[in-house]
Amino acid sequence: MKSILMAGALLAFATATSVHAQAIKLADVAELSGGGATVGTNWKNGIDLAIEEINAKGGVLGRKLEVTHADSQSNPGVARAQVQKALDAEPYVLLGPGYSGSVKVTAPLAAEAGIAQIMGGEAAELTQGGNKFLFRTSFGQQSSMPKVAKYIHDDMKAKSVAVVWVNNDFGRGGRDVIVKELDRLGSKVVADLSTEAGQADFAADVGKIKAANPDAVFVYLNEEESARILKELKRQGVTAPLMGETTLIGQKVIELAGDAANGARGHVGLTTDAPVDLIKAFREKFSKKYNYVPDHNGLKGYLAVYMVKATTEKMGKVDSKAFADTLHGLTIKAADEPGILMDVTFSETGDIDRQSFLVEIVEGKQVVKQVLPKVK
Amino acid sequence: MSNLFDLLVAGLATGAIYALVAVGFTLLWQTSQTINFAQGEFVMLPAFLMLAAMHVGAPFWLAIILGILLSMILLGLAFKMLLVDPMMRHGVLPLAIATMALAIGIKEAVKQFFSAEASPFPSIVPTGDISILGHAVSLQSIGVLVLAILAVFGLTSLLNRTSLGHQMQAAAQNPTVARIIGVPVERMILLTFLINAFLVALASLLITPIYLAKFSSGEVLGQAAFIAAIVGGFNQVRGAIAGGLLIGVLDNLAAAYVSTQYRAAVPMIFLIAVILFRPQGLLGRAEERTI
Repeated sequence: MKSILMAGALLAFATATSVHAQAIKLADVAELSGGGATVGTNWKNGIDLAIEEINAKGGVLGRKLEVTHADSQSNPGVARAQVQKALDAEPYVLLGPGYSGSVKVTAPLAAEAGIAQIMGGEAAELTQGGNKFLFRTSFGQQSSMPKVAKYIHDDMKAKSVAVVWVNNDFGRGGRDVIVKELDRLGSKVVADLSTEAGQADFAADVGKIKAANPDAVFVYLNEEESARILKELKRQGVTAPLMGETTLIGQKVIELAGDAANGARGHVGLTTDAPVDLIKAFREKFSKKYNYVPDHNGLKGYLAVYMVKATTEKMGKVDSKAFADTLHGLTIKAADEPGILMDVTFSETGDIDRQSFLVEIVEGKQVVKQVLPKVK
Repeated sequence: MSNLFDLLVAGLATGAIYALVAVGFTLLWQTSQTINFAQGEFVMLPAFLMLAAMHVGAPFWLAIILGILLSMILLGLAFKMLLVDPMMRHGVLPLAIATMALAIGIKEAVKQFFSAEASPFPSIVPTGDISILGHAVSLQSIGVLVLAILAVFGLTSLLNRTSLGHQMQAAAQNPTVARIIGVPVERMILLTFLINAFLVALASLLITPIYLAKFSSGEVLGQAAFIAAIVGGFNQVRGAIAGGLLIGVLDNLAAAYVSTQYRAAVPMIFLIAVILFRPQGLLGRAEERTI
C-alpha cells in the first residue's frame, strides 16, 4: 500500500513538473508604479485576465501560459534594466512597456535577442525605425491621424483648421502627420500653435485661435493641458467644433474640465464603451474580476495575450524565432479568435489596422457617435 | 483689436493674482528680510487644504474659511516660528535656501498625500460672459480682477490709514526706534506673515479653478511673482502690484505677438533690463525700506 502511494506521489510530481516545463513563458514589463501606474496596472490586469481565460480553456496548443510581471516604475532607465532581466530568462514573447519613451529604449534589446515585443506605446516613430520584432496593440499616430483628418474634412466640413499641439515627441509627431493630411485633403491650417507641456495659462493661445476664426480646432495635448485649454476655450467663447484624439476626451479630462468638455469630439482606437459585443463582454468580465471599469490600456494588455495565442496557433508550434515573421501581415478575425475583439491586420512594420471610434462628450459622458472602418 | 482687448483682460486677471503673491514677497522682505522661495508652493497648498476639507464633507464656503485659517496657521504662524525665526540669525542667504528646501518639502508632501495628478477645483466666480464696450468678457476674469483689486486696496488702506498699519510701517523701517516708541515689533512682524498667508490663500482660491490643483502648479506662480516683485520694486507694495499686472499682461501679449515658445523668456528679458537700468525696480526707491 505504501509503495503504491509513493508511486502515485512520484507520478503526480512528474506530471506537475512536465506541465510546468511545458508552460509557455511570457514576460511583462509595465508601469506598475510612478506616474504611469494607471496605464501599467490596467495593462497588467488585462494580461492576467486573458491568461486566466486561455488557461481555463486548455491553453495554447495544449500548453498553459505563464507570465512574470516586472515594474518599470514609469522610468525608461528602470524599464531597460527590467527588460534586460526579463530577456535573460528567455521568454517566448515580451509584453510592454506602455510608455513610448520606455518602448523606445527597450525595443533594441528585444530585437537583438530576437524576441517579439508587443507593447502599448503610440508614438509614430516607434515602428518607423525598421525594428522587425516590435508590434503595437493600438494605433500609432500615422494610423490614427489620417482618420482624424478625414473626419475633420469630410464630416465636420472644415475648410480652415487651427491646430494646437504640445511641444514634445508625442505632440510634434501627431502635429506633423495631421498638418500633412489636412493639407492633402484641402483643409487649410490657419493657426499652428505649439504649447508647452505643463502649461497653465492658455489665454493667449485661445486668443490666437479666436483671431484665426477657424471652422474647427484640432487639440493635441496631454490630459491636464487639454482640460485647461477646454476651460479657456469656453471662457473666451470659442464656438468652433473641437476635435482631438484619446487625450482630449478621456475620463480624466472630463473630470478636470467639467462642463467645458461637453461637445468635444475625439478619435479613439480602443474604448471599453465601444458598441461591440465582444468588447462589452470583456468590460463585464474585467469589472467583475477587478471591481473597476478598465480604460483602453486594459484592452491593450488583453489583446496582447490573444495576439500571442492567435499567432502561435497559426504557426502550429511554439517558436519564438518565427513568431515575429508570422505576425507580420497577419489578419486575425474576431470570428475565429473572439479574444481579439475586433478584426485586426498587422503591417510589415508592426502597425495595426482596425476599426476605430468617433466619440463625443455629451453631458459629461463619452458617447460613441460613429464607427470608423478599417482603412484597408 | 478685439483680440488685444481679450488679451489685456486675461493678462490683467492673471497679473492681479501675480500681484497678490508679489505683495506677499515684499511684505516678508520688508519686515523680516525673508526672501520666500516657497511663495509659489504657498499658493498651491491652500487649494489642497480646501479640497481636503471638502473631501471630509465640508461645503465649499466652509472649506474656503477652513483653508484660509489653516493657511494662516501653517504658512503664517508655523512658517515664522519653526523656520524663519531659527534661521533668521544665520543671515538672509541660509534663510532663502531653507525656504527652497521648504518648497520641495511642500511639493513632495502634497504629491504623497494627494496625488501627482491634477484635480479639478470649483470656482467662486460663476462662469459666463458679460458685455463690456461691445466685447464679451468672461465673468471669471472680471471676478478674479475685482477680488484681487479689493484685497490689495484693503491691504494698502490698512497700511496707510490705520494705526496698526503705521506701526507695521514703523517696525519695517526702523525696528529699533519703533521698539523705543512702544511699537510691538515682534507682533507686527507676525502680522505681516499672517497677511502674507491670507493673500496666498486668496490667490490660491482665485487661480486654482483655472490652473487646476496640482503639486507643481506653484513653480510657475512663484517665479512670475518673484519677477513681478523685482520688476515693480522689492521695497514697495505698490511696486509689487504694478509689477504683477505688468508681467501678467506682458506674458499674454508675448505669447500672442512674439512666440508661444519664447513666451517664458520675455518676462525674464524684461527682468534683466530692469535690473541693468533701474535696479531698484520701476516704482521702488533706492536704499529705502517702507511698506
